[in-house]
Parts: sequence; structure tokens; C-alpha cells
Amino acid sequence: MTDLIQSHNEGAATQSGGANVSRRNKSNFRKVLFDYSGLIPFFIFSVIFIGLPTLSVVYLAFIGNSGEVTLANIRVALQAEYLTSLTGSLKLGFFSALTGAITGLAISYAVAISGKKKIQRVVSTASGVFANTGGVPLAFFFIAAVGNYGLVTVNLQKIGIDIYSGSFTLFGFSGLILVYLYFQIPLMVIVTYPAIEGIRNEWREAAINLGATKSMYWKYIGIPLLVPAVSGAFLLLFANAFAAYATANVLTSGTLPLLPVQIGSLVNGNVIADQSNVGMAMGLEMIIVVAIAMTGYTVLDRKTSKWRKSS
Amino acid sequence: MTKIKSGSTVTPKPGFGLNSVMIFGALFFTIPIISAFIFSVQVGDGSYSVFAYMRMLQDPGLASSLWLSTRLALMTVAIVLLLMVPTVTWLHIRAQRAKRVVEFITLLPLIIPPVVTALGILNSMPGFLLNTPYLLGFVYGVLTMPYTYRSLDTGLNAIDVRTLVDAARGLGASWRQVLSGIIAPNIKSAIFGAVFLAVALVLGEFVVASLLLWDTLPSWMAIVGQADAEGAVAVSVLSLLFVWILLMVLSLLDRRRKVRVNVGGMA
Repeated sequence: MTDLIQSHNEGAATQSGGANVSRRNKSNFRKVLFDYSGLIPFFIFSVIFIGLPTLSVVYLAFIGNSGEVTLANIRVALQAEYLTSLTGSLKLGFFSALTGAITGLAISYAVAISGKKKIQRVVSTASGVFANTGGVPLAFFFIAAVGNYGLVTVNLQKIGIDIYSGSFTLFGFSGLILVYLYFQIPLMVIVTYPAIEGIRNEWREAAINLGATKSMYWKYIGIPLLVPAVSGAFLLLFANAFAAYATANVLTSGTLPLLPVQIGSLVNGNVIADQSNVGMAMGLEMIIVVAIAMTGYTVLDRKTSKWRKSS
Repeated sequence: MTKIKSGSTVTPKPGFGLNSVMIFGALFFTIPIISAFIFSVQVGDGSYSVFAYMRMLQDPGLASSLWLSTRLALMTVAIVLLLMVPTVTWLHIRAQRAKRVVEFITLLPLIIPPVVTALGILNSMPGFLLNTPYLLGFVYGVLTMPYTYRSLDTGLNAIDVRTLVDAARGLGASWRQVLSGIIAPNIKSAIFGAVFLAVALVLGEFVVASLLLWDTLPSWMAIVGQADAEGAVAVSVLSLLFVWILLMVLSLLDRRRKVRVNVGGMA
């Protein structure tokens, strides 16, 4: 914040010039100080309730059992069962994002070109609602549907289909992918629908009038236009599934090796680690992974909104 | 030479594939809801009863967890009204320069997973705060910031705040009067939006509450579910219904917000 004030002050100094520079500077400085003073409660609040907690995790990730600065926690967090959790979470994030992105994109596209205002309105409202549905109730909804005694499971068994005959189980990796679709698909629709809607029909017509085939249109125009929006959305979905804890915890009761679940068990004291701060190192890992994904999303999103504005 | 038909010749229409995608979507989102409802009213021998609901409503755990969740929701609403609304308004009228910094801070909860936030809270908060459930209220004030900030920011972008404030101040209004009498009524739907979202998020939040060992509605539900699946499904139905209604009203408000207030005939 001081940087901001200073740079502003320098700007004012070069602008004003003349004999009364310093006096003006002073009053300007006071004004800026007053301007920022209104934000003080907000800054204090965020420093205490998100700044301190986050910094404590980052700091403790580098502190060893006897208080020394060390990389041991990080090293342990990248080994054995902790490494399995990291790769498990990365895998879950990737496959959840992949399935969510493909289905969400198909639904977005179908709804966009259906041309039916009513469907579009229902889908947009429903997406807003379902994208925010997660956590504990969602887990129980799926237990009621496709759990061992769920309605879908039981009724399909009556006609001779046993969804549990293969490798599927609601309480493992495949189940989580299925349940996460419930909030991933709507999120994908929310993020990509504007981009799909923004593709003008005139562009398609122009391409086809100039002799392009349908596949050429998609190859050279449609897909390049959608790539930034879709890959950005993919990263968002990835981060979403990577960090999700509640549903996974209820469905797998902490048995599936996933980073958030692992951290949760450490916090609850179910697991005792040799390296007492290994949980912090895993927390740091999570922040880094999510931050990379979200930065990528922001950059790609900016790119998308650029062409949408210029069109 | 045949006349080229206008436009419609190359307009794509959803074929069999895309229509089935839409039908699949509709089924995927409704089947769990219907299943949960039937599951919660079905009794072992195939008959139906609301026994699971009765059992849950009589559980003292429901009342106490619901009461805790309600208090936390109210606390979060107070943070939205007393901290977020003044901050974002101030940002618009006096401190535009700081907008990027504030925006970045409000987005932090999306970058720091709630599990990690809970871990950090346990490490960094003094004992007297860890011993009270109201700590959760403060944490929820932070966790809802990405949504409340955006809602309020959009609302304020839609009106000409500066002119309104200058006019009010010029006519002798105090800052408090400006905030409650001029700004708040003009961004009413944005404030409602922020409050609804905050309430919906607080009523569903499980991660921080369960790791800090407080029995809010979701963490109580998770405990119940370990022994009584029908009961847990019944409470899930009730709680999601409530949250869905909130969110639905919210998205309807969102649509209406497109009618923008313009002051001084500015486009």
C-alpha cells in the first residue's frame, strides 16, 4: 500500500511542477491517505482471517520438528503415501475436469443452437443453482440414487443390470468423478456459454460462402475461437475438483488417498506423521497447484473476453 | 441461378446427438433429486411414510446445529452489510486506485483451498477465538468475499456513484446518510444478491466447520449419515431445497438487475 501511495505521489509531483510543488504534494498526500483510510477495516479484517492463516501454513511448511528451518517437510510430502495423495488429487482433478468439460461443452452448445429461449433460461438458472451445490447433501443425494441400496441401483438390478458388477463404486475414485459432474457440468456451462453464444452466425456463413466445408470451418474458425475459453474453463474445473473436500470426505470416509482428505485426517489427529509439519507442506502444495491453475484461467479468460468485445 | 436463402441455410440445428445430450443432462440432474426424495420416504417393506423426517425433526442435534448455522449466517450477513458494502462503495468513490489490490484479496479464498484455510486458522488463531464458534462467522465473512465483492461491484458499476455522492454531500448529507439513504437503496438488488449468496454458502459449508469441530448443520448431517442413511437423506432434501430456493430467487434477481439505474441521463 505504501508503494501505491508513493508512486501516486511521484506522479503528482511531476505533473504539478512550479514553486508550490511541495505544498501541493503535502495536501495531495493527505488526500490519498484519507482515501485509503476508508479501506483500513477491510485490510485489517483480511490480514487477520486470511493473511495470517495462509502465511502460517507457508511459514510452518519450512519449519522442522525442533524449530529449525528445513526442506524436510516438503521432501516427506513428496514421498510414499503423501506423494500418492498428491497424484491422486491431480488425477481426480484432471479426470473430473475432462468429463465435466466435455459434457458441459456439449450441453452448452446444444442449448445455444437450440434457439429456444425457454430452455436457455431454464439452463442458465439451473446452472447457477447446481454449480453452487456441493458438499454433504450432494453426497447423500447420490447415495440415495446409486449407492448400494440406491433407487437407481435397485431398479436397474430388477431389469438385470448390476452397476456394481464392474469396477464402479460410488465410494471410490469413479464415484467421485460421477458426483463431481453434478457441479462441474453447470460450472462449465456458466463459463463457456457466453463464448459459444458469442460466435456469430455470420462468421459461419461467410466461411461457407467462401467455400469452406463444415470441418474446415471448425478447424480454422470455430475451434481456434473456443480454445482459450474451453482451456480456461478446464483449468477452473480442475482447481475446483482438486480442492474439493466435503463430498469426498463423506463418500469415502477419508479412505481415498487425496490431498485434502489427507490434510483433514492430519488435522483431526487420525494420522500421526513423523514430520509434524508435513500437513503444512501439503497445504502449500495445494496452494501452489490451485494458484497455477487459477492464474492460467485468468489469463485465458482475459483473452476470451478480448475477442468477444472486439466482435 | 437459384436465389440464396437468407441466413437460415447454414444455421446449425441440434441433431439427434445434441438432443440426446440435453435429455441426458436433464436426467442426470433430476434423478438424484427424485431418488433422494423417494429414498427418504420409503420404508423397508415398500410403503411410504414421513417417519424419517419426523425422526430427524425430533433429534435435538438438528435444532442445535440449525441454530448455530443460523447465527453464523446472520453474522456473515452483518459482515457483508457493515464491512463489505462500505468498503466496496468507498472503493468506487474515493479509492479507485486500490481496486486491483482489494479485488485480488477478495479472490484469495478461491486460490487457498478451504482445507488449507482451516489448517492455517488452527495454527494462527489465539485460543480464545478457537474456543468460540463465532470464529467461524469471521472465516465465513472471508470465504464469501469472492462472491459478495463481485455482486456489490457489479451493482455499483451500474449506477453513477460519484454523481450521487457529490450531490448528496453538496446538499449537506453526512457519510452515514449517503451510505444508508443514497447508495444502499440504489444497489438494493446487489446487496440482496450478496446476502443470499452468503447465506447459501454458510448453510452448506462443511470443511472449516468440521475441521474446527463445530456441529453446524452440514457437519451434524455428516455425523447422522454414518448411522442413519434415510435420516441424513431427509435432512439433505430439506437443506438443499432451502438453499436452492435462495439461489433461484438470486438468479431471478440477477436477471432483473439488467434494468439499470442511470443518473443524469448518462448512457
